[in-house]
Amino acid sequence: MFRNNYDNDSVTFSPQGRIFQVEYAAEAVKQGSVVVGIASKTHAVLVAIKRNAEELSSYQKKLFPIDEHVGIAIAGLTSDARVLSNFMKQQCLGHRLTYGRNMPVRTLVEMIGSKAQVNTQHYGKRPYGVGLLVAGVDEQGPHLFEFQPSGMTEEMVAFAIGARSQMARTYLEKNIDKFADCDREELIRHGLRALKESLVQDRELTVDNTSVGVSGVVKADDGSTKVEPFRVYDGQEVTAWIESVADDKEGGAGATEGESMEVDS
Amino acid sequence: MDHRPQAWGRPRDDVYGAYDASYLRSTGPKTATQAPVVTGTSVIAIKFKDGVVMAADNLASYGSLARFTDVKRLRPFLGTSVVGFGGDVSDMQFLDRHLNELAIDEAYEHETTASVSGPAPPGQLNAANLHKYLSKLMYRRRSDFDPLWNQILVAGFDSDKKPFLASVDLRGTAFTSPSLATGFGAMLAQPIMRRYAATEEDAARLSREEAVKVVKECMKVLFYRDARSLDRYSIAVVTKDGVELNEDEQLESQSWAFAERIRGYGTQTV
Repeated sequence: MFRNNYDNDSVTFSPQGRIFQVEYAAEAVKQGSVVVGIASKTHAVLVAIKRNAEELSSYQKKLFPIDEHVGIAIAGLTSDARVLSNFMKQQCLGHRLTYGRNMPVRTLVEMIGSKAQVNTQHYGKRPYGVGLLVAGVDEQGPHLFEFQPSGMTEEMVAFAIGARSQMARTYLEKNIDKFADCDREELIRHGLRALKESLVQDRELTVDNTSVGVSGVVKADDGSTKVEPFRVYDGQEVTAWIESVADDKEGGAGATEGESMEVDS
Repeated sequence: MDHRPQAWGRPRDDVYGAYDASYLRSTGPKTATQAPVVTGTSVIAIKFKDGVVMAADNLASYGSLARFTDVKRLRPFLGTSVVGFGGDVSDMQFLDRHLNELAIDEAYEHETTASVSGPAPPGQLNAANLHKYLSKLMYRRRSDFDPLWNQILVAGFDSDKKPFLASVDLRGTAFTSPSLATGFGAMLAQPIMRRYAATEEDAARLSREEAVKVVKECMKVLFYRDARSLDRYSIAVVTKDGVELNEDEQLESQSWAFAERIRGYGTQTV
């Protein structure tokens, strides 16, 4: 049987300059069900498809609140995500205790980036088998970040990771110009439409398999801004949103037609 | 002659008896600072309509000796806050270096940060964050039985962009007030400042000119009555536009006429 000599550990380069263990970890992310994140000027949303291992089991959670102002969506090994999630929760709490403020989202993401990169450079360690979308708000407004097992982190306007996420990304790319000025509800609907794009033929969004997470900044009457804490909506709470995107003619196909006409005019 | 350098400058054994080296003890339990050595006296500060004024003189005393007369005890942080130090000067210098590191880390996080002055970029550590941090630091050190022997005032703005003034001491005790003073200033200057800003509402009505005038008046009273003080001082005004710090202010229009009437000290017998 064919055997690759360069994929036994994450510290050895292949002659082509690749580190297979890290690439395999990236594959693990693609096994997870799809999650989508979008950020506008006022909100950052995460939407996800939950999977159940079998008909009789419950659905595996995909969205997790980290702190008042941040939440994550996971794709890949749930147990690895739990480690990262616990770490992020602790860092946010520690920051709140020492400085009395919400941890800036970029600082938080760079911390898990550094943590994950270490695992790709030490013998006997393995990369995390999970990718994250981190959505949150801080003093500089809403943010969306992508995290990969390699330790790479990047700020995104909108992104999708997980199984068949390319379809969702295509939808997001087509609509990227609209996101900045979307209000909360529009942004969630865009997320759900992107999610629908990546569904396999005979599956659809239901109250059981859909999760929505939202955080944002809301303007108070006196002109000051307040944080809308990150909150995950599940089950019956997402019914209205699912129905609002159900009317779209055959999901994205109809919407895309509409798009191109708008662009032309 | 004993040619060993270690022996130079030591009292001669044949005159004074064997040198008592016990205080050079290098074994036994670790002993931390048990008393401040070179000290700065009062720091005073008062809030006004759109900022905070803080002042401290430029003296570092070695006991009652006016040892260093050009010590800057007010320190701007990120061009948006001011930290004033009373108490031990070496611990102040330690904290100063520590805050420098913190400011550099913070500047890297927000690369848009203006390096000198100007409105604070959103998300940057403000005075309230800094005070919280310092209070945790001071409390940690006192819990290690190795306190930083200072009382610190922090002035600037909080996350609601309102003027912020707070204190933290060597025990980690932290509190805020419309006017604050450390050391002797707590007895001599605080009552004067309270006449102008007893409550937050009073402070919110105070103009910048009034606040600076009150602080200068207090510095004069402190120079008159605090034997560890100096007539050269630093004064900082924190507003939304940044920190204006003057480190070479001279106490003006002093009058020592009242000294003639003081009885009960010195050489007079009546």
